[in-house]
Amino acid sequence: MKFGVVVFPGSNCDVDCYNVVKNVLNKDVNYVWHKERLNDLDEYDCLILPGGFSYGDYLRPGAIARFANAMQGVIEFANKGGLVLGICNGFQVLLEAGLLPGAMQRNKNLKFRCHYSFIRVENSKLPFTLECSEGQVLKIPIAHGDGNYFVDEETLQQMKANDQIVFRYCDEDGNVTEQANPNGSIDNIAGICNKKGNVLGMMPHPERCAEDVLGSTHGKLIFDSIIKYLESRVENAR
Amino acid sequence: MLLVKVYVTLKKGVLDPKGTAVKSSLNSMGFEGVEDVRIGKYMEIKLNIDGREEAAEKVKEMCDKLLANPVIEDYDFEITEV
Repeated sequence: MKFGVVVFPGSNCDVDCYNVVKNVLNKDVNYVWHKERLNDLDEYDCLILPGGFSYGDYLRPGAIARFANAMQGVIEFANKGGLVLGICNGFQVLLEAGLLPGAMQRNKNLKFRCHYSFIRVENSKLPFTLECSEGQVLKIPIAHGDGNYFVDEETLQQMKANDQIVFRYCDEDGNVTEQANPNGSIDNIAGICNKKGNVLGMMPHPERCAEDVLGSTHGKLIFDSIIKYLESRVENAR
Repeated sequence: MLLVKVYVTLKKGVLDPKGTAVKSSLNSMGFEGVEDVRIGKYMEIKLNIDGREEAAEKVKEMCDKLLANPVIEDYDFEITEV
């Protein structure tokens, strides 16, 4: 089992992601430099697009990163059913790449929000959430200025029908309220997946809360889910 | 040489948090009648292409692929000789 962490100029959570996979989960992991072409896609089981400010967020967050050499491989990998996890800026890159529906806008209150947030698990059947339970409240930090998720009403309805809304901002007790929405996201959306469920984008940072010393270990559930899924896939293939 | 002026604007119905902040600033400065402010982007592209038609085709592709996000933005452009 091997993970890849894609590094763009301006990524700043790449080391955190690498650290969790390598030192907390004890799995094999490589950095993938944005200039690499990712010719051997079979080498990886899961690709992570980390948070940060790729290309300085010029034009729009993720807009330029989406055309990096490595992204052509990521798109191919995703289309073949490979697991792709985009966190924060990584989520924005996935939106720009069209691997996920919708777009990000500046936070409604124009503030850069950097604090712990609570999110409710709305779909626990995904490779990224199967270690969570439906409705479970996760305590995971956010750190972004452009996390105001927008999508047109028609697409939103389709996403709901397909169970593509994975996480929603909520209060400590799991109530999805306007007050618990840190950025003005439509329908309190904090994370979504594609139709097939193999591509997940989320604004909160699970890699920042996967160890006791960091104040929450809820982020580890996401990584544990991925590993469990990949291991069962190997089992089933036997 | 051609000069292309590209205007990227937010689609109707898409909220503009930055524009709203500028609007309330204008209001509090005492400017009357400011009903709404929408912030967009303006870009100038110098193109070393002779044919205008070919240039327009290229710029359209640039806008569709990179310069604008079709989910939230519209674009328009004008081409002049320099």
